[in-house]
Amino acid sequence: MGRNTKDEILHDHNHDGVDRRGFLKCMAWAGTGAFCVMQGGVLKSYSMSRLAEMNPRDMIGELSFVQISDSHMGFNKAANPDVAATLQAAVAKINSLSTPPEFLLHTGDISHLSKPEEFDGVEQILKSASAKDVFYVPGEHDVLNDDGKGYLDRFGKGAQPGGWYSFEKKGVHFVGLVNVMNLKAGGLGTLGHDQLEWLEKDVKHLKSSTPIVVFAHIPLWTVYPDWGWGTEDSAQALAYLKKFGSVTVLNGHIHQTMQKVEGNVTFHTACSTAFPQPKPGEAPSPGPMKVPAEQLRSVLGITDVNYVRGQNALAVVDSTLA
Amino acid sequence: MRRSVFIASLTALTVMGLGGIVAEHKSFAAGAQEKPASTAEVKIDNFVFGPAAITVTVGTTVTWINRDDIPHTVVSTEKLFKSKVLDTDEKFSFTFTKPGEYPYFCSIHPKMTGKVVVQ
Repeated sequence: MGRNTKDEILHDHNHDGVDRRGFLKCMAWAGTGAFCVMQGGVLKSYSMSRLAEMNPRDMIGELSFVQISDSHMGFNKAANPDVAATLQAAVAKINSLSTPPEFLLHTGDISHLSKPEEFDGVEQILKSASAKDVFYVPGEHDVLNDDGKGYLDRFGKGAQPGGWYSFEKKGVHFVGLVNVMNLKAGGLGTLGHDQLEWLEKDVKHLKSSTPIVVFAHIPLWTVYPDWGWGTEDSAQALAYLKKFGSVTVLNGHIHQTMQKVEGNVTFHTACSTAFPQPKPGEAPSPGPMKVPAEQLRSVLGITDVNYVRGQNALAVVDSTLA
Repeated sequence: MRRSVFIASLTALTVMGLGGIVAEHKSFAAGAQEKPASTAEVKIDNFVFGPAAITVTVGTTVTWINRDDIPHTVVSTEKLFKSKVLDTDEKFSFTFTKPGEYPYFCSIHPKMTGKVVVQ
């Protein structure tokens, strides 16, 4: 991995394997097209413009998948009158990746109003993606009627009755969680007792060296409670994952990228493929944010994730649609 | 007092009294016909119920109208009323027939809360 140029940041001041300064710089760059690679616990950030010079070995992992989120099929207001077109642009972006993903994760708000034709629309568009397998978790917009029956009937096969499930790919353990049901007045997202009990059992016998990827709609860390951007009982879920050396949490819901690293856990939220939302506190409410039409695709995006066996954490790379 | 005067006074008083009662009835009846049923409106916009707390009289019909560009719902925390999903410009109405406090929230965005106080 050698070269130490001015674009690489290698800081480990606390000698705990967490590169906080690098992380902060990475956060600032995230909006302008940077990517961060964590290798052996040390965070390195590179600008996208240097991509061509990168050692391919650093980029290509043994497992590659893409996260998309918040397609909101059915939304047609000013912030984006054509969410189908931008979802198609996201598929085009996926299909242009140099390492084709093996599958897609959709972290919810697939539909805008839980309508069958909206779910159909998304499934139809995703059929053109190079990756044929799509794993879904619901957003609050997907479970509006009959306690989410429409979503569960369509996407819940093989899952627990509440819609949560897990699977393995190349030795990486994936857990899809549902934190958008039974929301209480004044509350945040919630996992609930049954799901937490299931999660505890699900990971109990895994070796601590197993990389874990958890995906759920609402962030599993408290991004901004005033806007409901958090999950009330996520601490309990994270406690069950404490023993693992590498945990990657992928969320949606907030329609912008955000990252946080806490010990062995990397939290990451994805852009929407439909419309952006304001940064925490920068608007009176978290609703759809209008941008000039020519800028729309630059604030929508996908997330490419690569796992290299032997490396501690997964490489999570965001890219915008334009 | 002379009996005739007494009777006259009694009659006068009775007539006045009855007249008063009749007048009261008349105005009551007139009032019931003239006064319209009470209504109140809550606008939903920018992830806020506005006004968040309203006070109304028994028998008032409250109508919520969604002016936001995102769908919302109106759900009583005690499960006494529940709207369907309201997209932009859709409405939900509920008539409050008993006094009390009725907290509610949006089940899609639970941080949105409101209250109807019925007196």
